[in-house]
Amino acid sequence: MAVNGMITIDKSLCKACELCISVCPEGAIQLSDEINPKGYHPAEFIKERCKGCSLCALMCPEVAIEVYRER
Amino acid sequence: MKKIFGRPASLKANPFHYCPGCGHSILHRLVAEVIDEMDIRGHTIGIPPAGCAVLAYNYFDVDMVESAHGRGCAIATGVKRARPDCLVFTYQGDGDISAIGTAETLHAANRGELITSIFVNNAVYGMTGGQMAPTTMLGQKTSTSPYGRRAKVEGYPLKITDLIANLPGAAYVVRTSLATPAKVNATKKAIRKGFEIQRQGLGYALIEVLSPCPTNWKLSSVESFKYLEDVMEKEFVPGVLKDITKEKA
Amino acid sequence: MKGTDAIAEAAIQAGCRCYFGYPITPQNEIPEYMSRRMDEVGGVFLQGESEIASINMVHGAAATGARAMTSSSSPGISLKQEGLSFLAAQEIPAVIVNIVRGGPGLGNIAPSQGDYYQATRGGGHGDYRMPVFAPASIQELYDITMESFDIADIYRTPVMIIGDGMMGQMMEPIVKHAQPPADLPPKDYILTGAQGRPSRILRSLILHPPEMEEHNWKLKRKYDLMRQTLPRHEEYMIDDAKMVVVAYGTAARIAKGAVKRARAEGLKVGLMRPITLWPFPDEAVAAIAKKAKLFLVFEMSTGQMIDDVKLAMSGGVECEFYGRPGGVVPAPQEIQRIIERHWLQKEL
Repeated sequence: MAVNGMITIDKSLCKACELCISVCPEGAIQLSDEINPKGYHPAEFIKERCKGCSLCALMCPEVAIEVYRER
Repeated sequence: MKKIFGRPASLKANPFHYCPGCGHSILHRLVAEVIDEMDIRGHTIGIPPAGCAVLAYNYFDVDMVESAHGRGCAIATGVKRARPDCLVFTYQGDGDISAIGTAETLHAANRGELITSIFVNNAVYGMTGGQMAPTTMLGQKTSTSPYGRRAKVEGYPLKITDLIANLPGAAYVVRTSLATPAKVNATKKAIRKGFEIQRQGLGYALIEVLSPCPTNWKLSSVESFKYLEDVMEKEFVPGVLKDITKEKA
Repeated sequence: MKGTDAIAEAAIQAGCRCYFGYPITPQNEIPEYMSRRMDEVGGVFLQGESEIASINMVHGAAATGARAMTSSSSPGISLKQEGLSFLAAQEIPAVIVNIVRGGPGLGNIAPSQGDYYQATRGGGHGDYRMPVFAPASIQELYDITMESFDIADIYRTPVMIIGDGMMGQMMEPIVKHAQPPADLPPKDYILTGAQGRPSRILRSLILHPPEMEEHNWKLKRKYDLMRQTLPRHEEYMIDDAKMVVVAYGTAARIAKGAVKRARAEGLKVGLMRPITLWPFPDEAVAAIAKKAKLFLVFEMSTGQMIDDVKLAMSGGVECEFYGRPGGVVPAPQEIQRIIERHWLQKEL
């Protein structure tokens, strides 16, 4: 049974620590080119690959990530 | 799609002032999640430290009273003795709990005070600019141990958690780490247990959490989480040092 | 009743249900009394591991709205200074008793008045003040201890009561009584768990200087109000006095005896006894200075209160000093001789 997932990242909170990127098993997150009000390149979600495992959200220090899942 | 992860209600929506990749931010969220899950927001009183988390009251949506550096366990004792119905926790760094606050921490544990201490160990004094802490490891360079900590001059990293585990008044003493998602989950479980132990009136609970300080370690966030696993966990070995519920069984 | 016991019993009568303290002579009877009595009234007694721990336990208990108290003697009060500053800054009520002993340093355990500066000029850091009472009889010790809890609540401030080794150990008959009713403000700042209301914070860290400044001025307005309402003193044979002895606490008891003896010899001398050391009864001193020719400040120290007497007079009248520090307790005859010497030398 395939599990589809999605995350939203609040880019204004992101400090580009890259922890989410380091733990994502699907490679579904990358740093974007834009610059947020804090001066960081915030993480952005690459949509096609998420399984909703929540590892990114678990590690995100800024509570910037919300996770959604459907079965 | 169903939302399965979001901001806990007991965590105010204020953006964290902590550095990128700081362990405080993760740990605050975990504590707030536990408060939500135990539905105790209305009965909790917290005591922040002096240190980077001095502003913890900007994040935890519970009653909080600021403490002088190191005095958290004494203040918590006063709070809990006056209001035994409330869940009382201190949130303290290495200097707060095991340098200036050593007496207050030790004696609260010795009396079996029904409080829970969350001890954030990042082996430095973060807020003040990375000075040596009691937990700084041998050879570790800090702004007041520029040659690396030397046993003959500066003594050894103090493992107060190990000392407290020997006290009969301590009911639950555990060391965890934030190094990986699995360990973050284990940390949350430990915090939950630390609060449950208080609710059951079993004694003092101490949860030491190995946490990164990328800024003062002069490492990137990802590197500093690796440092936790590769270096800190070798010196400060995670595990349960005392669990009175297991002893009784 | 013994002084230390009177303090403890008055606190209980005032509704104090949390006592935290540490042994130090000459006030050990207070924690000992509390260790028995608190149990009887369902209160909390805990011997802290230090004076530092004790003042912080008071802070924690008072933050939840409990009436909390600690006691100590000079070196222990030094240890509590950080705690006093934090109590004042967070505006938390508490009562602190100092049974003063000889100092500085380890000093001795005999009565002294060497902590005046510490009590009235800080001694903790930062821009705060603290009401300080100096009773001179066991009845006054009882009454003032009881009242100090109300004062602490009304102004949301720590309050200090200064005794000394003699006051602490002395026994005098007193009339015990219940707490008189008082108009107390609601405790809308205390921490009880945020059930059904927004969470509350008690803190003193204000990083933004303009905000900190506003907090400092807010505290000052409170202290200015205390300066209006709290000063207290006693006058003895002042009306026609050409020389006025100024003394507080045990020193005032001795001085009163000296003044009585001097009056019997025909000298027109009187006694002004400050009861509040802060706020100091400046207006009373200034009023007396209009008629008196000479002030003789007598302290069991090398001279600390004399500064406040001089400030209050703005240099209008000559001010002499006589002191016996180190725990020495002079007899009234000695003070009488000093009075007479000044009377003759100044040709009063």
